[in-house]
Amino acid sequence: MNTAEGFAEGHRIDAAGARMGMWIFLFTEVLFFGGLFLIYTVYRVRYGAAFLQGGRLMDTAHGIANTVILLTGSLTIALSLALLRKGKRGLSLLAQGLTVLLGVFFLAGKYVEYSAHIGHGLYPASPVLLGMDKGKILFMGLYYVMTGVHALHVLIGVAVISWTILLTARQKITPRDTIKLENTGLYWHFVDVIWIYLLPLFYLIT
Amino acid sequence: MADTETRPEAPPSFYQRQGRSGVLLSWLFPTDHKRIGIIYLTAILSFFWVGVVLGLLIRFNLIAPGRFIAERTYNSLFTVHGVIQIFLFIIPGIPASLGNFFLPILLGAKDVAFPRINLLSLWFYLLGGLLIVLSVFIGGGPPDTGWTFYTPYSIRTTANVSLALWGVILLGFSSIFTGLNFLTTMHRLRAPGMTFFRMPLFCWSLYATGWLQVLATPILAITLIILILERFIGIGFFDPLGGGDPLLFEHLFWIYSHPAVYIMILPAMGVVTEIYPVFAQRTIFGYKAIAFSSLAIAFVSYAVWGHHMFTSGMSDTARILFSFITFLVAVPTGVKVFNWIATLYKGAIRFGTPMLFALSFIFLFSIAGMTGLTISTLSLNLYLHGTYFIVAHFHYTMFGGAAFAFFAGLHYWFPKMTGRMYHEKTAQLAWLIMFVGFNVLYFTMFLLGLQGMPRRYFQYLPRFHTNHVISTVGSWILAVGLIMMFGNLIRSIFKGQKAAMNPWGGTTLEWQIPSPPPAENFATLPVIERGPYDYSRKK
Repeated sequence: MNTAEGFAEGHRIDAAGARMGMWIFLFTEVLFFGGLFLIYTVYRVRYGAAFLQGGRLMDTAHGIANTVILLTGSLTIALSLALLRKGKRGLSLLAQGLTVLLGVFFLAGKYVEYSAHIGHGLYPASPVLLGMDKGKILFMGLYYVMTGVHALHVLIGVAVISWTILLTARQKITPRDTIKLENTGLYWHFVDVIWIYLLPLFYLIT
Repeated sequence: MADTETRPEAPPSFYQRQGRSGVLLSWLFPTDHKRIGIIYLTAILSFFWVGVVLGLLIRFNLIAPGRFIAERTYNSLFTVHGVIQIFLFIIPGIPASLGNFFLPILLGAKDVAFPRINLLSLWFYLLGGLLIVLSVFIGGGPPDTGWTFYTPYSIRTTANVSLALWGVILLGFSSIFTGLNFLTTMHRLRAPGMTFFRMPLFCWSLYATGWLQVLATPILAITLIILILERFIGIGFFDPLGGGDPLLFEHLFWIYSHPAVYIMILPAMGVVTEIYPVFAQRTIFGYKAIAFSSLAIAFVSYAVWGHHMFTSGMSDTARILFSFITFLVAVPTGVKVFNWIATLYKGAIRFGTPMLFALSFIFLFSIAGMTGLTISTLSLNLYLHGTYFIVAHFHYTMFGGAAFAFFAGLHYWFPKMTGRMYHEKTAQLAWLIMFVGFNVLYFTMFLLGLQGMPRRYFQYLPRFHTNHVISTVGSWILAVGLIMMFGNLIRSIFKGQKAAMNPWGGTTLEWQIPSPPPAENFATLPVIERGPYDYSRKK
């Protein structure tokens, strides 16, 4: 424990403290999505057959493409940290930039996907959807809310990584003080892990 | 009493330091935990008074239903009263105000781990409060769903529920940030020698509370976000028309809101645990038992939410299990009560105002706990659940428990926060009036409940009339006590005698720095060599 050190620096906190704060924040995120997964579980049990049919409304290829994009993003953000620690700031910036780009690709893909569903009249409380059985209404509702909340997290991630790019360029994030980039990476990996669970629940259950 | 001699040249207090940004900005964007604590305290107590006035109006209606207040207004009254007192007063209450001010000092730190996140938390709180207040005046009128926002009525009502929900969600994030900050602070910023088992027990209670805030609140946030989506785009999760199940909303709501009960009461227990040793001049009995019982209460509290729903429609298995687990809460709570009493045993007890509030906490909270066991008994609950018995029970826990402990802490730490003493005799009289008024107001409700008076009803049968009148008179007595207490405190901020560094003879770190504390808290880094309640050395 280097509490004395933390004290001497006044309001500044050590990297271990910042990392701990991030992990606690991620616990809250797990519980936040946990509420949604709980709702999914309840209705999946109640309307199992309808959920399986609902899965056929999804484009599996699209889901797989989303997954590849996000996981590559996880790779690039991890690389950016490793590169920065080795003092290769330019390459680290490139890796962070790639991550932002992949995040934007993912969001664009989501836009195309949502548009297609809405084009087929499949959106909450739509006449087409209300004509279907209740399990499918809930399946589509869960699809929009869960992937929507996830996409919101991707959007926030893109914004935060753009900010770390700025900080790295201005040498506010340095090889000796990487905690902001590290915490951003943690968050980005978390967003990926959530997607890993969303993929089978919506795209692969047919 | 040691340490009461006037101190030599004191450094300027945290009130005086302005920094580069000037007086106004330094109070709008403070990162000093003490300033944030003071702003929280002011805001929280202001909202408390709004809630009190609404509560008085509820009681006022019940002496002659329909004479003064219309039905729909009455529904809004008890809804907004509940929302304000729960989400704006008692949940943030002790941690955000007293906790922010004293946690870093008790640990020997200069500030919390993330001062800027602390500021963000403060702003989320103020914004959330603003939205809730706005929801009363704009749109379809004040919310009328009850503070629990049960579906499907909360989906269909034309009242302005959505805005209030946004307010509550913001308050939730504010609470999460406070919890996150406190947990990291306790792990990383303790002074040298301040081991976990040398922390004052108030810190332990905030530690348990912190985990509850962090791990329970997100469930409420997502649930209320879904409810807002339900109102705007109709996704159907909680709406039978879309295949959803309103009961699921109740489950999710109470998965948060039962742990939230302990977010409210654990810090209160922490406050009184600080007061007993000081006013008995005796070390705490069973330090570790009290510390671990806080964690045990927090842990068990996650698994008891179903007892709010015994009459909502659940399987018998679920109800029996929830009833059984609920009884378990009484064990760690009992551990605390017995340790407090053992602390007082053979102590040199002084009946200062903080101690009076703290002692009445044991009395009122025991009534709350005992009646809690009554209603966690499944067979009795089925009869009592929809009645005033519940109203009485949770006011004994929340008001008699949490709020009385809050007031105890307010008097206990008043000299440290303001640098002034309150008027002792007035404070004691105010306590007595409040104590009497409180019991007249709420004990009568136990009787009303046993007689079968349903809660939330606007109108009632003539046979309930006498007790309703007694209860309402109690609310007036309580209000007189509250006015007296607040009047005394506010007057003392300006006119009170100057407070010494350690007016009560306490042994924890806050009493070793000037009143009010300087901006940096400690001139030199404190090094801790013994436990927090060591009175043997003072004799």
